[in-house]
Amino acid sequence: MTTTDHSQATADAAHTDGAVIPEGSRGERFTSFDVDAFEQPTPRDEDYRFSALRDLAPVLDQADAPVDGAEYDVQAPEGVSTGTLAIGEAPRGTVLVPEDRIAAIASAGTAEALHVKVPADAQVTEPIRVAITGKAASRSHIVIETGTHAEATVILEHRGTGAHAGNVEVIVGDGSQLEIVSLQQWDDDAVHGGTHHARVGRDATYKHVAVSLGGKAVRLAVTAEYGGTGGSAELLGLYYSDSGQHLEHRTFIDHNAPKCHSNVAYKGALAGKTARSVWIGDVLIRAAAEGTDTYELNRNLVLTDGARADSVPNLEIETGEIEGAGHASATGRFDDEQMFYLRSRGISEEKARKLVVRGFFADLIQQIGVPEVEAGLMREIDLELEHFEEEYAEETE
Amino acid sequence: MSTLEIKNLHASVETPEGTKQILKGVDLTIRSGETHAIMGPNGSGKSTLAYSIAGHPKYTITEGEVLLDGEDVLEMSVDERAKAGLFLAMQYPVEVPGVSVSNFLRTAKTALDGEAPKLRTWVKDVKSSMENLRMDPSFAERNVNEGFSGGEKKRHEILQMELLQPKVAILDETDSGLDVDALRIVSEGVNRVKEDTGLGVMLITHYTRILRYIKPDFVHVFVDGRVAEEGGPELAERLEAEGYDRFLASA
Ligand SMILES: Nc1ncnc2c1ncn2[C@@H]1O[C@H](COP(=O)(O)OP(=O)(O)OP(=O)(O)O)[C@@H](O)[C@H]1O
Ligand SMILES: [Mg+2]
Repeated sequence: MTTTDHSQATADAAHTDGAVIPEGSRGERFTSFDVDAFEQPTPRDEDYRFSALRDLAPVLDQADAPVDGAEYDVQAPEGVSTGTLAIGEAPRGTVLVPEDRIAAIASAGTAEALHVKVPADAQVTEPIRVAITGKAASRSHIVIETGTHAEATVILEHRGTGAHAGNVEVIVGDGSQLEIVSLQQWDDDAVHGGTHHARVGRDATYKHVAVSLGGKAVRLAVTAEYGGTGGSAELLGLYYSDSGQHLEHRTFIDHNAPKCHSNVAYKGALAGKTARSVWIGDVLIRAAAEGTDTYELNRNLVLTDGARADSVPNLEIETGEIEGAGHASATGRFDDEQMFYLRSRGISEEKARKLVVRGFFADLIQQIGVPEVEAGLMREIDLELEHFEEEYAEETE
Repeated sequence: MSTLEIKNLHASVETPEGTKQILKGVDLTIRSGETHAIMGPNGSGKSTLAYSIAGHPKYTITEGEVLLDGEDVLEMSVDERAKAGLFLAMQYPVEVPGVSVSNFLRTAKTALDGEAPKLRTWVKDVKSSMENLRMDPSFAERNVNEGFSGGEKKRHEILQMELLQPKVAILDETDSGLDVDALRIVSEGVNRVKEDTGLGVMLITHYTRILRYIKPDFVHVFVDGRVAEEGGPELAERLEAEGYDRFLASA
């Protein structure tokens, strides 16, 4: 059965929804390790028309790319092995073949990729941490691999300044469970582009959580395909865009195997006249992917006039033999009725806004399942809102 | 002792067709311990009156005054009105996703008192209020009004009233959508608060059945944005028997 749920979509001038007709199938995109095989994008290119192209220039320019990669700090609990992989050294490059110029630059600009490997059957309860600190121009490629029936959580932290092109190549072993949390907590002037691509093994469970709070421009492609039947991929995302921020997430689930499941849920808040966000959610159900069950959702909460959220779900279905496929996309103004209700009980405007925004994100945050990340996020959202209250007070003075 | 005075209140709302005048000179005074029933046809402006007093941003006050113990209510922000002692039990309570009832109640109580309530007594108060209103304890962990039935929403409004202890409460059709048992339970809740705190009540309703439980001191007939007639409890009976035709003709 195919369902398309648009019932919750609200009409809003600053909300694009479903207007895009892709050129050819999403599955037939050109891929290459050669940076020059990808032209410099222009605003007319479908894949960049919503992007902050001018800000992204430093991650689209190969000349800026140093060959020493990025600065990492890796904390791997016992049993997890870490090493490096040269260009062309498997498994590097077996799963992630760049689909765009930024990914090609990240790949080509990283001579030695960080390789994190969780051996078969290992149950790593403590998260593996990789902290990336941006500098003038940094490039990274990280390969994360779980062996059969392994269980692990990886937290990637991005902090600092500069322009960072970074890929994450993920190999989720058969029957294993892997969660990756990628925190974009950049300084206000940082630029970040890259691709996080996973191949989800047979009966494996993969969860990717993208949290984008900082940075001037972030453009992340978060994508997954399957290496066998019975795989499950969940892509969660949370972003909060202030004035001057352009946060873009492009998700793609390639249902290339039968009986796989996917769920994409991205939620964002926008506050400030020039706050921007983009979510492009592609799902392709190939002819072979019988028994697919997929759902994708994007919700945006616009707190102020002028902010703009683009939201484009796109579902391509090549077989009728599926369990379910649906999508929902809605961009809503901050709800005055909720505010009135809370304030009529004596709750101040500032506190009421905090409750509503926290409430908006609450169900998504609860799905993350990593307690320290969940708690940290609520604090971060409170901080964003405190910042908003200051700005808002200035604007309305 | 508190007094809510509504004097010559006029209010309008912006519609796509232009400004629409809804309240056309409302005069009404409610004192502590008094219960005023407001009855009137659909669309006569009863909810508008309630919202205007509570400060809903949709309504513009074009003339008149609202005073609580001499203080100008219309000058106050929505939350200041609540802090001054006003409470509105809404006809259609709003869902607030992701905010639990217990968090909401505690936040409101803290805001009104200026300090967090003592944990132990607060937990006890919430529990006994919920028991009195026959609300399952699981409601405390549910999101505010989300998925509540019509009757559950109304009980939740009265729960808030009991815990937040206002001076004057406006109950906008709190009885609508309640089954007979719920009507009695909710009415008992209102009477309990009246007894305990000397609450003044403006009770907006279409039916006399709630007035059998909550005895009104005054009944006001509300027609076309103003009070058309005032009387005692007997007026309610007459309205139920005769309808509003008598007033509509003259309006
Ligand atoms: N935002 C609005 N836009 C347009 N018209 C409005 C708006 N709010 C209220 N009105 C109109 O004002 C009039 C009064 O509405 P109100 O809700 O106050 O009536 P009421 O007496 O509470 O009715 P009921 O008994 O049905 O609850 C109605 O005609 C209503 O349609
Ligand atoms: Mg009404």
